[in-house]
Amino acid sequence: MSRESALVSADWAEKNIAAPGVVFVEVDEDTTAYDGGHIAGAIKLDWRQDLQDPVRRDFVNKEQFEALLSSRGIANDDTVVLYGGNNNWFAAYAYWYFKLYGHGDVKLLDGGRKKWELDARPLSKDEVKRPATQYVAQEQDLSIRAFRDDVVKAIGVQNLIDVRSPDEYAGRLLAPAHLPQEQAQRAGHIPTALSVPWSKAANEDGTFKSDSELAELYAAAGIDDSKDTIAYCRIGERSSHTWFVLQEILGKANVKNYDGSWTEYGSLVGVPVALGDEPGKA
Amino acid sequence: MTAQTASTVAAGCAAPDQAAPLPLSVDLEKETVITGVVQSGGDPVAGAYVRLLDRTGEFTAEVVTSPAGQFRFFAAPGTWQLRALSRFGNGDATVTADRGVNEVSLAVA
Repeated sequence: MSRESALVSADWAEKNIAAPGVVFVEVDEDTTAYDGGHIAGAIKLDWRQDLQDPVRRDFVNKEQFEALLSSRGIANDDTVVLYGGNNNWFAAYAYWYFKLYGHGDVKLLDGGRKKWELDARPLSKDEVKRPATQYVAQEQDLSIRAFRDDVVKAIGVQNLIDVRSPDEYAGRLLAPAHLPQEQAQRAGHIPTALSVPWSKAANEDGTFKSDSELAELYAAAGIDDSKDTIAYCRIGERSSHTWFVLQEILGKANVKNYDGSWTEYGSLVGVPVALGDEPGKA
Repeated sequence: MTAQTASTVAAGCAAPDQAAPLPLSVDLEKETVITGVVQSGGDPVAGAYVRLLDRTGEFTAEVVTSPAGQFRFFAAPGTWQLRALSRFGNGDATVTADRGVNEVSLAVA
């Protein structure tokens, strides 16, 4: 993968809004953002209602994903262009999710909603309805998804990257600071995880930094390219952003996203936790 | 300590309606709320992007202002920087926050 195959610019997007075979999909944390105005023709996916199982803490299964995409009018051979707020956190999460279920051509709009809005590009409030399709998903590609046992085994062995803010990593905050801080789980990070906040990979307008800046960022942080890598955050969306950078932009091999992330790990009984600004020992 | 006494109002920003409404579940004995309005020439700016940076200048969170220009963060006691990006320009502010509600004025130009 490369920047060219995984990312599209706002200019490209504006020119291709009505292009056949291109479907724009908005995915936000604030799921009301779409209703206030979206890219013309874009459909909305609600990361919580549409992509999470309503009962178990897990994703929708293959059949549910097929039903979702079929009803929203996304076909297997469509180019899916994802974008959203929060610097594309949830759009990157959806990108990873589309890859997990084997969608062929999926791209992220560089800068997401923020750059689009700051550029004062047009937004539409028109309702979007696409004809239903017969979408067929693949089995989950578990080469890009880490579970808690993988993470515990990776301590001191693989690259673990904690992409939350430094205060969350150290245990001074339990959640990103736009959310209330009262949480059940313990604060801190997985021992030996390196702190590379997702935000270091993005410019202020939400676009990704250049390939050379990104390569330098992870090299300077001490990522060992001879080892596999697992990225995590609090609920797996910011780490999707970093997974996207490492695997899809920089083309690194064997990178997984731990979607259980800190809300799972920080609630586990009997696992080690490190506090403070240093990675800590295995 | 009550929310009232914990409130820190930044200089030049004494208007009582600066804070974004808080969910009832928020416990101001525990939370450190940083809130205010982004303004351009005295008018509130809706849809501005406000980011909270920690004492080292590292990104901690970002929100979009409400139709009334309001933003709100749940942080921790200490010194924080705020940075706003909008179509009307950008702006910065620094706040030393305590537990409770901390109001900050943030102008963009």
